[in-house]
Amino acid sequence: MAERRPVRWHIGVFLAPAVAVYTAVMIFPLFATLDLSLYRVVDKATHFVGLGNFATLFGDPHWSEHFWNALKNNTWFFLINMAVQNPIGIGLAALLSSPRLRFAAAYRTAIFVPTILSFVIVGFVWKLILSPLWGIAPDLLKAVGLRHFFAPWLGDPHYALTTIALISVWQFIGIPMMLIYAALLSIPDEVIEAAEMDGITGISQFWKIKLPLILPSIGIVSILTFVGNFNAFDLIYVAQGALAGPDYSTDILGTFLYRTFFGFQLQLGDPNMGATIATVMFAIILAGVCLYLFGIQRRLRRYQF
Amino acid sequence: MANRARTSLPRTLAAHAILLAYTAIALFPVFVIVINAMKSRRAIFAHPLQLPGPKSFDLIGFQTVLSQGNFPLYFWNSLIVTVVSLAFILLFGAMAAFALSEYRFKGNLLMGLYLALGIMIPIRLGTVAILQLMVATGLVNTLFALILVYTAQGIPLAVFILSEFMKTVSADLKNAGRIDGLSEYRIFFRLVVPLVRPAMATVAVFSMIPIWNDLWFPLILAPAERVKTVTLGAQVFLGQFVTDWNAVLASLSLAIVPVLVLYLVFSRQLIRGITSGAVK
Repeated sequence: MAERRPVRWHIGVFLAPAVAVYTAVMIFPLFATLDLSLYRVVDKATHFVGLGNFATLFGDPHWSEHFWNALKNNTWFFLINMAVQNPIGIGLAALLSSPRLRFAAAYRTAIFVPTILSFVIVGFVWKLILSPLWGIAPDLLKAVGLRHFFAPWLGDPHYALTTIALISVWQFIGIPMMLIYAALLSIPDEVIEAAEMDGITGISQFWKIKLPLILPSIGIVSILTFVGNFNAFDLIYVAQGALAGPDYSTDILGTFLYRTFFGFQLQLGDPNMGATIATVMFAIILAGVCLYLFGIQRRLRRYQF
Repeated sequence: MANRARTSLPRTLAAHAILLAYTAIALFPVFVIVINAMKSRRAIFAHPLQLPGPKSFDLIGFQTVLSQGNFPLYFWNSLIVTVVSLAFILLFGAMAAFALSEYRFKGNLLMGLYLALGIMIPIRLGTVAILQLMVATGLVNTLFALILVYTAQGIPLAVFILSEFMKTVSADLKNAGRIDGLSEYRIFFRLVVPLVRPAMATVAVFSMIPIWNDLWFPLILAPAERVKTVTLGAQVFLGQFVTDWNAVLASLSLAIVPVLVLYLVFSRQLIRGITSGAVK
């Protein structure tokens, strides 16, 4: 170690392209956006307003009403996703990983199909199926004797958000299923055999042995869902439009950001307020990720096999 | 023998019943769209769940789509954006992953963390400034703007996955190359890249889906007709032809089929990638 090594230029050459593109197109704009949220344009002159835009966003009735509505909707959207998608995903993964199950690969492939479809397809397909005009949903419900249960769910402010969230669950169920499935497969046979020796089989084996072992994967799935949901936009834009109707009942932070930043119909776009909303989203996502990294992931016991 | 306790007939049947039911839920919407796309307007409304028969078979929807929309152009744009972005992601990502996994240098860990930041923080939050950047550089309404954004978006995960894999490449092999006088660049391109090709395929499949399906950036950075991607094109087309159900269903089918075919081709790779722990 006494000798100084020559400068290893190749390390720089290997790193440069990735770091350059990543910094210029991702990190720099992220921070520039945070910075933009501190300014306001009045009469074509840019003024520094400190946290003034945030005060406007949280307090000015003209903005805050939409903001809190979007935040509330986004939270509900996330809760539905967590509460429905993850248990079903875990259940499917548990079934798929049962030993000697035939056609497991075919099921896995089929259940993952919605995840690869674009939001445009997903949004429109469900709009058509749930449309009272076409009648697929009413007819299907009739077939099982639940016709009276049908309502134009996407058009009703009470149900629209939950319906959209369930469509999102349908679309992304493949991700928890796959990740949990992979985790279940990596549990070594010895552990399972030891459990069987002790007479723990079937459902109780799942609860007592497997579930604790896959908790880290459930944590990853949860944080992925959190980040994805608080950053969502496409599905609602496609199914309900940029106004996130009916009556803003499906408006979430992503659609609110889009309308604010880009303008819609008579409302002019406002980059600074857009940046302010993006900054709030950034803070929410960062808080979630930190909570996961420092609060949850650290406490999860990891088992080394 | 060891598995006898774990399987019993009723339980297996129940598992199949549940999985079949869920498979039906997953595939039903796709099925409905594709069968109805090939039916006449009257049949679509009268018997939405029937397969197209000789009476109801009609390709009018596809004719409308192909004559009205610019779909071949949109497909071409999507293809260019996806393929070029993937090439950049794989090349730049692999190079950075090699630097991080192969050499010990000051700031190695920090650089790794810096690049990993982008896995969790979505690039969309920087959209306001990205648009300003693209306006300033004159890249608005070019495919290159999209390629840059998707490359930046894809690099973090690529570096993360590929550096995990590169750590498994035998050091003896690389050192043998060094003794034979290969430069570091040759070692990377000739020895390491061929060995991590399966991992690169995994990264490619993972990165491809969100790029092909993205609506946000095409909508904001490249909405002009000649640079529309197929996702945005289909969205606009659907908005205009909302009452022409034949055309709507046909365009949806056209949008589904290529992705579906790609997925079926690559699904083994994708599933192997996930189950081999590439993203754990």
